[in-house]
Amino acid sequence: MALSGIQIFKLTPKKNCKECGCPTCMAFSMKVAQGAMKIEQCPHMSDEAIASLSEATAPPMKTIKIGAGSEEFSLGGETVMFRHEKTYVSKTRYAVNLCTCMDEAAVDAKLAEIPKVDYERIGERMYVELVNVKCAEGADAAAYTALVQKAAGLGRTMILECSDPEIAKAALEVCKDSKPVLNGANPSNYEAMNAVATAAGVVLGVTGADLNERYDTVAALEKLGNKNLVIDVTGADVKETFANAVLVRRAAIKDQDRTFGYPSIVNLVALAKGDLHLQAALASLFTMKYGSIIVMEQLTYAEALPLYGLRQNVFTDPQKPMKVETGIYPINGADENSIVLTTVDFALTYFVASGEMERSGVPINLVISDAGGLSVLTSWAAGKFSGTTISKYIIENVEPKVKCRKLVIPGKVAVLKGDLEAKLPGWEIIVGPREAVQLVKFLKDLQ
Amino acid sequence: MPFNQKPQKFNAKINTVTIGTGDKTVTLGGNSTFPFYTFDAPTVNTPKVGVEISDLGLEALPEGAKAYYEGCTTMADIAKKAAAMEGADFVALVLEGGDPNGEDKPVEDLIAVVKEVADAVDCPLVVEGCKNVEKDSTLLAKVAEALQGRNVVVMSEKEENYKAVGAAAGLAYNQIVGAESAVDINLAKQLNVVTTQLGINAQNIVMNVGTACAGYGYEYVVSTMDRIKGAALGQNDNMLQMPIITPVASETWGVKEASASEADMPEWGPQDERGIDMEVMTAAADLASGSDAVILRHPQSVAAVSKMIKALA
Repeated sequence: MALSGIQIFKLTPKKNCKECGCPTCMAFSMKVAQGAMKIEQCPHMSDEAIASLSEATAPPMKTIKIGAGSEEFSLGGETVMFRHEKTYVSKTRYAVNLCTCMDEAAVDAKLAEIPKVDYERIGERMYVELVNVKCAEGADAAAYTALVQKAAGLGRTMILECSDPEIAKAALEVCKDSKPVLNGANPSNYEAMNAVATAAGVVLGVTGADLNERYDTVAALEKLGNKNLVIDVTGADVKETFANAVLVRRAAIKDQDRTFGYPSIVNLVALAKGDLHLQAALASLFTMKYGSIIVMEQLTYAEALPLYGLRQNVFTDPQKPMKVETGIYPINGADENSIVLTTVDFALTYFVASGEMERSGVPINLVISDAGGLSVLTSWAAGKFSGTTISKYIIENVEPKVKCRKLVIPGKVAVLKGDLEAKLPGWEIIVGPREAVQLVKFLKDLQ
Repeated sequence: MPFNQKPQKFNAKINTVTIGTGDKTVTLGGNSTFPFYTFDAPTVNTPKVGVEISDLGLEALPEGAKAYYEGCTTMADIAKKAAAMEGADFVALVLEGGDPNGEDKPVEDLIAVVKEVADAVDCPLVVEGCKNVEKDSTLLAKVAEALQGRNVVVMSEKEENYKAVGAAAGLAYNQIVGAESAVDINLAKQLNVVTTQLGINAQNIVMNVGTACAGYGYEYVVSTMDRIKGAALGQNDNMLQMPIITPVASETWGVKEASASEADMPEWGPQDERGIDMEVMTAAADLASGSDAVILRHPQSVAAVSKMIKALA
């Protein structure tokens, strides 16, 4: 539970020594309560006071880091249940599953398939970030370690799904530097698993038959000093898994129950067994509701295109609009003689407009200049999409590259026509439609 | 110490709206929890899945869906086949041929299609307009008249034509009014307010609060629906307690991820699979945010989404 400034003040030495940089202990306490300063910044605080306060002022859900180097990812750290309340901070990450139960050909096929999905969308690299390596019942340490070693060749961060401490220990020997997750602690093995995970310095995944078992195991692990955990919420069926995912997150955020204040793993492999479209539906569901890591049977372009688009949308900061890069985007095989259309760099506008332009089949040079990531009318009103900004961009960046001197502007800023004609001598300025849906007809008529 | 599970109880609930007549009806809404939160209270009515068909026939359908309808030559055939789809709860007829910027079919022709479809199936029906507000004003009024007694949803009542469409559907012919707004909680509420001010019972309204395709500004959809459900349940706002119907297919099949051919984008793989997953994932996200019904096109999407709903109920 968050503490008030007064409650924190009661625990300070009340010396007003100013060593923390604040004029008084009261001022310092207020800043700590707001989250602007950390309690450790007071040099005179007693250890007990720090312990009780850092517990009370810690965020409701821990941020857990997995992977190493460029493949390091933050999970969790969320503070709200709904994105409109503030923002979601750590994106859902997706893993493709490998298992000792697969034959070599199947493993090789997966390993060849995983790197195929790799593309960029609005400045973000989209690829399969994680690989889940499952140790099936009956597999021995040699077989599992061999599979882990093979999977490690991909260079992606791994999740070792293994509940045998001896096997896990052997597998971690070959991959612990890449900081995989060891997922498999449960009420019967958690002490041994904890020793293996802490020795290797990796995050430990906790599972159990129900939420109570998970809760008690997390509490027991915390008592052993391990707070580097994730919770595998996968249950026996879809309904139980969804309930677990929501209840764990809600307990942490809404009820400030820190025992459940950890990121989650949802494993769809068993839940959607063999039904790839059901798997797609569930991947979407758990991206919306509280899966930090989602393990999938398959993640090809068919799944990736909608899923990564959805994730990119859901995990945006509601206060910051999504922007596309400025530049000239050739559409439908446009060349230097193709007509020029312009609009703003607000991602939604760009996607809707460029989609319609593609549909028209007409070759177009779509010019995007910096309009502050705002929509057409908003950026125009803010002076960020004006005769001056458009003409400047056209003269500096478009004229050297494009020979066509016809420019279509959005119908909503028809008012800019005169200004642009004056500022862009030699250009024919054409007013386009007000709405993107009218573009296809407009462009066909224009030809 | 076991986990102390605290349920989230609301004293308000989403309105219950029944579509159709006789023993083949579907009921939307009635729930007092966030979507699929069965651990807070049992789900009263699970979300429903509708199958979209168009007066333009099968031409624009993806290959896999075309194969499903193989042999259908009339709108009656298509409607029957749609109603028989595995996982389908209702049929949604889109009168897109009426668009003055498209085929511009006359109202009489469209009404003939509506009657043909209605006569062919006895399942609940939803009728969507042609997206042109002026044409819809006359078209949807005629639809409401033609289907009198069938208790259908007349969608596409908008701010610009709510008087014509709302009065005909909701007052004159006792249908259910589908109030359509563009991804904004205030616009959705405003339209419900003015619609009820016409004298239409709030219990006879469903909302289409707008949607987008996943990846295309979908964050607005999530937050609009999250906030609507939050206000409906948490603040007992009875102008936002109408069930939500979301036409998903019309958004998802046009984007390039679904429409680009495999010849154009070989690395993306089979076009049908991309289209299905785009439709399925968008629908699942809509349902997770609060849609009480989704309208889909592809038989495999319908099957997968209804399977997910059953698995969560």
